Amino acid sequence: MSEVKIFVPAPDRLPPSNTLGPIAWVRENLFGSIISSIATLLFFYLFFSYVPPFLEWALIKANWTGTDRSVCEANTAGACWTFINVRLEQILFGLYFASKPEELWRPTLIFVLFFALLLPLLFERTPGKKWLSIILLGVFPVVFYFIVYGGSFGIPQSNTTQWGGFLLTFALAFVGILLALPIGILLALGRRSEMPVIRSICVIYIEFWRGTPLITILFMASVMLPLFFPAGVEFDKVVRAMIGITMFQSAYTAEAVRGGLAAIPKGQAEAAMALGLGYWRRTVFITLPQALKISIPSIVNTFIALFKDTSLVSIIGLLDLLNMAQTAARSVEWKGYDIEGYLFAGFIYWAFCYGMSRYSQNLEQKLDTDRRN
Amino acid sequence: MTTDTHMASAELGDTIIKIDELNKWYGQFHVLKDINLDVKRGERIVICGPSGSGKSTLIRCINRLETHQEGSIVVDGIELTEDTKHINDIRREVGMVFQHFNLFPHLTVLENCTLAPIWVRKSPKREAEDIAMRYLERVKIPEQANKYPGQLSGGQQQRVAIARSLCMNPRVMLFDEPTSALDPEMIAEVLDVMVGLAEDGMTMLCVTHEMGFARKVANRVIFMDGGQIVEQNQPEEFFNNPQNDRTQLFLSQILQH
Ligand SMILES: Nc1ncnc2c1ncn2[C@@H]1O[C@H](COP(=O)(O)OP(=O)(O)O)[C@@H](O)[C@H]1O
Ligand SMILES: [Mg+2]
Repeated sequence: MSEVKIFVPAPDRLPPSNTLGPIAWVRENLFGSIISSIATLLFFYLFFSYVPPFLEWALIKANWTGTDRSVCEANTAGACWTFINVRLEQILFGLYFASKPEELWRPTLIFVLFFALLLPLLFERTPGKKWLSIILLGVFPVVFYFIVYGGSFGIPQSNTTQWGGFLLTFALAFVGILLALPIGILLALGRRSEMPVIRSICVIYIEFWRGTPLITILFMASVMLPLFFPAGVEFDKVVRAMIGITMFQSAYTAEAVRGGLAAIPKGQAEAAMALGLGYWRRTVFITLPQALKISIPSIVNTFIALFKDTSLVSIIGLLDLLNMAQTAARSVEWKGYDIEGYLFAGFIYWAFCYGMSRYSQNLEQKLDTDRRN
Repeated sequence: MTTDTHMASAELGDTIIKIDELNKWYGQFHVLKDINLDVKRGERIVICGPSGSGKSTLIRCINRLETHQEGSIVVDGIELTEDTKHINDIRREVGMVFQHFNLFPHLTVLENCTLAPIWVRKSPKREAEDIAMRYLERVKIPEQANKYPGQLSGGQQQRVAIARSLCMNPRVMLFDEPTSALDPEMIAEVLDVMVGLAEDGMTMLCVTHEMGFARKVANRVIFMDGGQIVEQNQPEEFFNNPQNDRTQLFLSQILQH
C-alpha cells in the first residue's frame, strides 16, 4: 500500500512590489497608455488654467458685505455676493414675503422644519424613521399650507401670484413628487392589469403626458384649463402649475415603476398566489417593494429632472428660484450682476439634486446589503 | 426493493382532488388531453415524464396558476371556476413548492413563513411566528430564521419554501421538480424532508425524476407524455414491469444516469 499524502495548503505570498504603492497607481491609471497620458495632461492644463482664477474671483477677491452696488463697483476683480446677500429674501422666499418683514418667519419656519425632519432621515441609526417619514410626507405639507398660504389661525393669507423664489420651486417640486409617486404606481399597476379597459386608460394617459413637453402642459394649464370651467371660476396659477406638473410627472414615475415591475420574476407573484394572497396583498407585500427597490435610480432621476424643470413655470408668469434670481439681477439697483444670480441659483439646484442622487445611492446600497451580507 | 420498506398504503381516505376530462390549450397548442385523476386523502402520487409533457401545467391547474378550458377540477369539495373567492379558498388549502424555490428575497426566512398565515389566515403575529419556528425546526433550519433567502444555500432555500407552505397548514402539497435546480449534494436534505412529510400522512402530488423517492414513498406513479397520462401503477409494478413502450423508453433513459 502506498503512503498517504497529506494535503498542505501553500502559504500566501505578497503581490510583486512594482504593482503596489502610489507611483505604481499613477503609472497604471494616469499614464497607462498614450491616449490616457494625453488626457491626463490636458486635464491638468485645463484645471490649472481655469479653476484658480475662478476661485480667486468667486471667493478670495469677492465682495461679501455692504448694502448697495457701490462696494462691488469699487472692487470689480471679485464676485458681487453683496447682491445675493441683500436680495436673499426675495430670491429664496419671493416678493410677497420679502416685502413683509413681519411675515418672514413663515417661510423660515417651514424650511427649518423641513430640514429638521429631513436630516435625521439621512442617518442610518436614527430611531423612528418610519414616523419621521410619515410626518414629512403627510403632516408637513398640511403645515406648509397653513403657514405659507395662511388664511386661518390669524395668519394672513398670502397672495400666491406673489409666491416665488426657492419657496415656489420647492412647493412645486414637493407637491409634484409627493402626488406623482402614488399616482404613478397606480398607473404602472394599471398598465400591467389583465383588464383591457383599465390597461388602455393607463396606456393612453401615460403616453399622452409623456409625449407632451412640460412647457406645453404648463401653457395649456394656464390658457386652456379655464376654458373647461364655467366663467368666474378662478383657478389659482400655482394650483394650475401643480396640477400640470403632477400629471406630467406621474406619467414618468409610472414608466420608472413599470420597469421595476417588469424585472420581478413571474415566480414571485405565483408563489404569493399559491399561498392564497389576493391581488392587493401580493402587490403591496411582494411585487411592489421589490419593484420600487429596482426602480429607485430611475424614479429619483425623474425627481431630479422635475426639480430643475419647475423653472419652466416662468411661461405662465411665475417667478421661481431661477427667474427670481434673474429678475433681481435686472432690477435698477443691481443691474449687471446676472452671473452671480445664476451661479447662486445653480448652486441651490445642484445642492438639492446632488443630495437626492446621493440619498438614492445610499438607499440602493442599504437595501442591497439587507439581502446579502 | 421490496414491499416491506415501502410505506403502508392501506389507510387512504376519501377523494380530495377530482379531475375529470381536463383539457387545456395554450393558444392552438393542446397541452393537456382528457386528463382524469382522483387523489385520495393521504395519497402520495409521483408524476414523471419527458420534458414538455405537461406535468407542470397539470399540477399548476390544481391551484389555478393555469386556467383550463374544458373539464372540471374539484379540490376538497370546491370546484375551480372563475370565482376568485373559490380560487383563494382552494389556494390556502393547497401548498406548492416550486423548482426555483420562489422565496421572497426582500423578506427574512421567518417573514417568508409568516406572511400568508398573518394576512390570509389572520393569525396573530406571535402565533404565526411560533408555528413558523416549529416548521423551520422540522425542516432543520431554525437557526436561519432571521437571515434573508439570498444568504442560504439552494437546499436550505428549498427547505424554507417547504416550511413556508406548511405554515398555511395545507391539506395537499404540490411539488414541481423540487430538487432539479439543486446541486447534487443538496438533493438528499430536501428529499429527507419530503419523506418525513409523507410519513406524517400528507397528501402529496410530486413531479420528480427522483426514482428512489418514488419507490420509497409513492402509492402511485403516473407517467405523462404528450399531454396525456400514458400509464399509472404502484411503484413496484411501474418500475419493474412497465406496460407501455413509451414508459419503457423513458425509464431506460433516466435509469442510465
Ligand atoms: N405559458 C405558456 N405558453 C405557451 N406554451 C407553454 C406555456 N407554458 C408551457 N408551455 C408549453 O406546454 C408544454 C408543457 O409544458 P410543461 O407543463 O411545463 O411541461 P413539463 O413540466 O412536463 O416539462 C411545453 O411544450 C411548453 O413549451
Ligand atoms: Mg415542468
